[in-house]
Amino acid sequence: MENQAVVLTPQDKADLQDLVACPVCDTLARYSSVPQGGQGRCARCHHVLIMPRENAMTRIVMLAVTGAILMVSAVSFPFLTIETHGLRQQASVLDTILAYSDGLMVPLSLAMAALIVVLPLMRLAAILYTVAPMALWHHAARGAAQAFRLAETLKPWAMAEVFIVGVAVALVKVGGLATLTIGPAFWAFAALVLVTVMNDNFMSSLIIWKTLEARGRI
Amino acid sequence: MENAGSARTYLTARDAGLINCTTCGRVSSADETACARCGAALASRDTQSLQKVWAWWIAGIIAFVPANLYPMLKTATLGTETESTLLGGILELVHHGSLGIAAIVFFASIVIPASKFLAVAYLALSIGRPSRFTAHRRHQIYKVVEFVGRWSMIDVFVVAILTALVQLGSAASIHPGIAAVSFALSVAFTMLSAQSFDARLIWDADKEPHT
Repeated sequence: MENQAVVLTPQDKADLQDLVACPVCDTLARYSSVPQGGQGRCARCHHVLIMPRENAMTRIVMLAVTGAILMVSAVSFPFLTIETHGLRQQASVLDTILAYSDGLMVPLSLAMAALIVVLPLMRLAAILYTVAPMALWHHAARGAAQAFRLAETLKPWAMAEVFIVGVAVALVKVGGLATLTIGPAFWAFAALVLVTVMNDNFMSSLIIWKTLEARGRI
Repeated sequence: MENAGSARTYLTARDAGLINCTTCGRVSSADETACARCGAALASRDTQSLQKVWAWWIAGIIAFVPANLYPMLKTATLGTETESTLLGGILELVHHGSLGIAAIVFFASIVIPASKFLAVAYLALSIGRPSRFTAHRRHQIYKVVEFVGRWSMIDVFVVAILTALVQLGSAASIHPGIAAVSFALSVAFTMLSAQSFDARLIWDADKEPHT
């Protein structure tokens, strides 16, 4: 994306469609096509502006559906079991969330539920709502722009992958003292993290916005 | 992206009398208040950005103090109860010989939050002043701060998992301490502080072509 010295007159607003401004440094550039698998970077600050991927929409839909299924199984299957001296304790993801449900700490339980389960699910749902109609029927659904804006806002707050690293740390902490069994929910969570990372790799938000505008009723 | 030697001037949306939408990259004319593509509110620069950054920054520091002073974890083994703070838990890990894990927790819950406070403060202070670092360097600092912030939440999750798991009656049981709440708040506040920062401010000062 090279940035030519663009001469603009106020009246040719239609011409603005060809321009893109870097969200990081405000530099204008012409929206040019980048080969599949490549990256279009801002000439000044090198921020990745667009990142087209082959069949991106189909892949995003499939990965988001997979992610949602994995999240449901992560919440419903057994998560971790600890055993020592004949004593046995099983914990599900829900038990982990409820760990802070004592007295003053209740709000933290709610926050945990949001960060680990609710927000990641909401984000997947919002992505599906934005992309699936375009992948299946070409046109975007009503309110797709709001849904995608929500997905972008939620991104830093969906912390499933932070949680899985937390699990690893906790396992090492108690590993020496008792026998641990890792249940299917753990693997579902680990897979969910991979799926989310792959999904984010296929999603170039600028391209999705452009496509939404071209096909949608925004 | 390369040719560091060539001096170039870059035309920004503001210089062209246009407004850039930071959500979707659309360029709008200066009289529009909401982006026609994504519906986000438009502002050439977020003039209140620094105020918001400092407000969340101070809230984060305030919450960080009790997070370090009060117990994070209460362990009861055979009738005796011990309380451990953030730092205490790390020392315990070192004691057990799990140096790797101790290092992870030390970085995630002490080094990262502390350096985040410093980095955000530095970035906010460097706006409108001559800076030792180039805009590129400061932008890198900002990206690292933004990326790394959420990982500090690890400790809150570890405490929750331990609490859910280690409930073995009188043999051993673990309960969370109140520091977990303030720690979680501190992480959330610093994330908000970093998000309020308008990255375009870093580049505005860098008007002269860089070499």
